[in-house]
Amino acid sequence: MTAPILTLRDVVVEFPALRGIKALMAPRHARHVQALNGISLDVQRGETLAIVGESGSGKTTLARAINGLLPLAGGEIWFNDIALHQRPDWHAIRRQMAMMFQDPVGSLSPRKTVRDLVLEPFAIHGQTAGNPTETAARLLEDAGLNADFLHRYPHQLSGGQARRVGVARALALNPAMVLADEPTAGLDVSVQGEILNLLNGIKAEHGLTTIIITHNLNILRHIADRIAVMYLGRIVEIGPVTQIMEQPRHPYTAALMSANPEPDPTTRRERIILSGETPALTARPSGCEFHPRCPVARTDCSARVPELTKTGLRAVSCHYPISENT
Amino acid sequence: MTDTLTVDGLTVHYATREGALQALRDVALDVPAGQIVGIVGESGCGKSTLINALLQLMPENARIAAGSVRLEGEELVGAPSRRLRDMRGRDISVVFQDPMTSLNPVLTIGRQMRDIQYRETCGNAEKLSRAAAMLGRVGLPDPEAKLDAYPHELSGGQRQRVAIAMAVLMRPKLLIADEPTTALDATLEVQIIELLKELQREIGCAILFISHHLGVIAELCDRVVVMYAGEAVEEGPVADVFLHPSHPYTAKLIECDPGRMKTKVALLPAIPGDLPDMTTPPEGCIFRDRCDKATDLCRTKPEALAVNGTHWARCHFAAEYGA
Repeated sequence: MTAPILTLRDVVVEFPALRGIKALMAPRHARHVQALNGISLDVQRGETLAIVGESGSGKTTLARAINGLLPLAGGEIWFNDIALHQRPDWHAIRRQMAMMFQDPVGSLSPRKTVRDLVLEPFAIHGQTAGNPTETAARLLEDAGLNADFLHRYPHQLSGGQARRVGVARALALNPAMVLADEPTAGLDVSVQGEILNLLNGIKAEHGLTTIIITHNLNILRHIADRIAVMYLGRIVEIGPVTQIMEQPRHPYTAALMSANPEPDPTTRRERIILSGETPALTARPSGCEFHPRCPVARTDCSARVPELTKTGLRAVSCHYPISENT
Repeated sequence: MTDTLTVDGLTVHYATREGALQALRDVALDVPAGQIVGIVGESGCGKSTLINALLQLMPENARIAAGSVRLEGEELVGAPSRRLRDMRGRDISVVFQDPMTSLNPVLTIGRQMRDIQYRETCGNAEKLSRAAAMLGRVGLPDPEAKLDAYPHELSGGQRQRVAIAMAVLMRPKLLIADEPTTALDATLEVQIIELLKELQREIGCAILFISHHLGVIAELCDRVVVMYAGEAVEEGPVADVFLHPSHPYTAKLIECDPGRMKTKVALLPAIPGDLPDMTTPPEGCIFRDRCDKATDLCRTKPEALAVNGTHWARCHFAAEYGA
C-alpha cells in the first residue's frame, strides 16, 4: 500500500472554556475544553472517508483543524509529507486541499457573479486562468451548470445550483484532496442525488481524495469507502462502510444506525433508543465517555478508558464491543 | 368519524411585483380526530403557507382567494380576530422547527409556560405546578428546577421538549408540528417521535405533521398528503402511498430517498428540472414538465382520481401507477 495522503496522530484541539479573570482563577485543566481529544487517522489516496457523528461531536472542528483554520493544542498532521502542525505555508497547501463549506449560499459572496466566484481561487493563488470566461464556463460545465449562470448572483441560485458553484470553486485548481462539510445539508432529496452523483463522478475521473463530513446516514453507503464515527471529540469506530453499517461493533454506532427512520412503513426494526443527550464537553464522563448512555455498559466502563483497537480493517473503542455473531 | 380539521379548496395568493404568486391552489385535506396526518413535500411546495393559512396568521401580501378551513365544523377563514385569538394556543397549537426562535430568550421557561395559561382562572402557583407536571411528562429531568431556567441553558433536544410541552399544555384539538425534528440529531429525532406518539395517545388530539423526511412520516403517521408546487397531488393511508405511489412525483420522491437503497448504487436517482414559476403556473398537470411519463393528455388538468378506498392521486394515470 502506498503512503497515506493524510495522517493524523493524537490531534487535540482546545477551545477556551472561560474568559477574563475567571480563566486566570480557574485551575489549568478547567480553562479549556477539548473539542478534539486525540484523533488518529490515515486517509489513503483516492479514497472517500466519511466522518459521521451528532452535533457537538467535533466533525466540523476536525475539518477545520486539518485545513489549518484552527490551531492544534497537540498532535501531528501530515499531508503529502508536509507537517501541518509546524507552521507550514498554508497558502500553498490550500491549493492542494480545497474546502467545501456547509452553507451553500452563505459561503458565496453575495456581491460577486458566479463567473467571479469561480475565478476567485485563481486570483488568490496567483494562477493564470487562460481565457477567464472560457475557464469559468468549463468549470461550471464540469459541475453541471451551463454558461447562462456565469452572470448570475448567488441570490439568483437555488440551493442545488449554489452547491454546484461551490463544487466548481473547490475543483478550480485541481486539488489533491477535498474536504466537504455537509455537502447535502439543506438540499431536497430530489436534488441531493444529483450533487452526490456529481461528487462521485469527479472522484472517479480525477482520483480525488475526499473527506465528507455528514450526519446524513442515508447517503453514506453510496458515497463513502470508509466511515469514522465520532462521539465527544473522539473516534469511537472506524472501518469500511458496509461493515460498519451492517455490523456495528460500538454500541453508539449501533444506536445511531438503528435510529435512522426508514421510508418503508412495513419494516419495524428493533430500535435502540438512547436515553439522554450528548454530555457537555466541560463535563466529560469518566472512563468510557459513552457509558452513561450506553445500553450495555458494565460497572468497569466508568473506570477504564477504552483504546481504539484495530481488528482487520476496522477499529473500535469499546471494552465490550458487540460481537459479530449476536 | 368526525374530522378535526377540514380544508377545502384552499387557494392562497401572494402579491409580488411579478404578479400574484399562487402559493396554494385548491388544496383539500382532512385530519380525522385522533389521527396523525403527515404532509410531505420539498422546498417551495407550500407547506409553510398552509400552516400560516390554518392559523390565519398570514403575511400582509397574502390573500386567501378561495376555500375554507374548518376546525370541528367552525369556519376559520374570515372569522373575527377575537375569536381566532381565542382558539390559537388553546384549540390549535404549533410546534415549530427551531425551538430556539420559538421560545423567548429573556424569560424563564416557567414564566413563559405560566403566561400561555392566561385564559385559566386558577392562581399562579397552580399554573406553575401544571407547567412542571407537563415538563415532567415530556421527559425533562428535574422539571421544577427547569421552570427557573432560561432557554439558552437547555440543549436543543430539551428546548424542543419544552416547546412540545407548551403546545400540548392546553390539550389542543389540533397540534400542528412543523418539521419538529429537522434541527435535531438522529438519536434525538427518534426520542421526539416516540414522545409525540405517546402524547397523541394520551391527549387524543389530532396531529398535522409536516416534514420532508419520508422515513419519519412512514414511522409516525396514519395518513399522508404529498404536496408539490402548491397542490396536494396524492393522499392516502401511509402504507398505501408508500407501497403503491400513484402519482409520478410521489414515486420519484420515494425513489430518490437514499435510505431506501440497501446496497451501493453507482448513480443515485434525482428529479431533473426545477419547480414551475408559480406566478404563471403551467396549464394542465403541475408536474408535467418534470414527468417522464407525460403525454398530451397531461395538458388538461387532472382530477383527483381514487385509487383504492381513500387513497387518491391527481394524475390521469393514477390507476395504472397504483396497480
